[in-house]
Amino acid sequence: MSRKIRKRITAKPKAKARVFAALGDKTRLALVARLCSGQPASISQLADDSRLTRQAITKHLGVLERAGIVRSSQAGRERHFRFEPEPLEELQQYLASVSKQWDQTLARLKSHVEK
Amino acid sequence: MENVIEKRMELDAPQSHVWHAITDYREFGQWFKVKLNAPFVPGQVSRGQITYPGYEHVTWEARIEKMEPEHLFSFTWPHARSFEKSDKASDYSGAPRTLVEFRLEPIPGGTLLTLTESGFDSIPADWRPEAFRRNDGGWTEQMKNIESHVTKNP
Repeated sequence: MSRKIRKRITAKPKAKARVFAALGDKTRLALVARLCSGQPASISQLADDSRLTRQAITKHLGVLERAGIVRSSQAGRERHFRFEPEPLEELQQYLASVSKQWDQTLARLKSHVEK
Repeated sequence: MENVIEKRMELDAPQSHVWHAITDYREFGQWFKVKLNAPFVPGQVSRGQITYPGYEHVTWEARIEKMEPEHLFSFTWPHARSFEKSDKASDYSGAPRTLVEFRLEPIPGGTLLTLTESGFDSIPADWRPEAFRRNDGGWTEQMKNIESHVTKNP
């Protein structure tokens, strides 16, 4: 293991939640869709908008927050949750770059087998 | 969110010919641009040196999964954070892995190749790949996808 990678792990000892895994749940997708439309929301506001209990919403927000998709801040007696687009944008762009590499690689395969 | 890459391509070559091109390590090396020294064996790790200009310092690594003659060839491989020389990128320990599958089927006059790469959900949120470029506007499109997914699956 390189020193650089080891340092990174030491600096962030907690296991990282995963973006796609965090989004692989309809309830969490719905929460993200709700939060990304704009204003931050508290747990009670989110609970008012859905059939879920506050406890369930708290649990799902925890998963999203560990994946970096939402961030929370204390506002008076309540925590406000807001949407954080960066992790999703970055993964989406990474997939686009992998996809483009495959286009080039498969084009080489095509000319290889058709020659 | 879509986390599978799928490509379909019609090849003007018989299935047996395409099968050989993707599963013979020497032929694979020619079009994939990697120098391999040993045949692919299911269950075993294959390693080689990338020959693509500018990436010759990168070690290619994959674990061969399935070789079902003329139909399915698959392997898993690690995604390095970076291919910068200084990052010792060829150390893939702990790197997220994805599954790559090549499926072949005969079509009139040739072969249909379907390539899929899946398993990107093993990539953690704080991952910063080399190829990352900022591109505003991508998110809007992605959000439409999420909305339509949620709408279709209430």
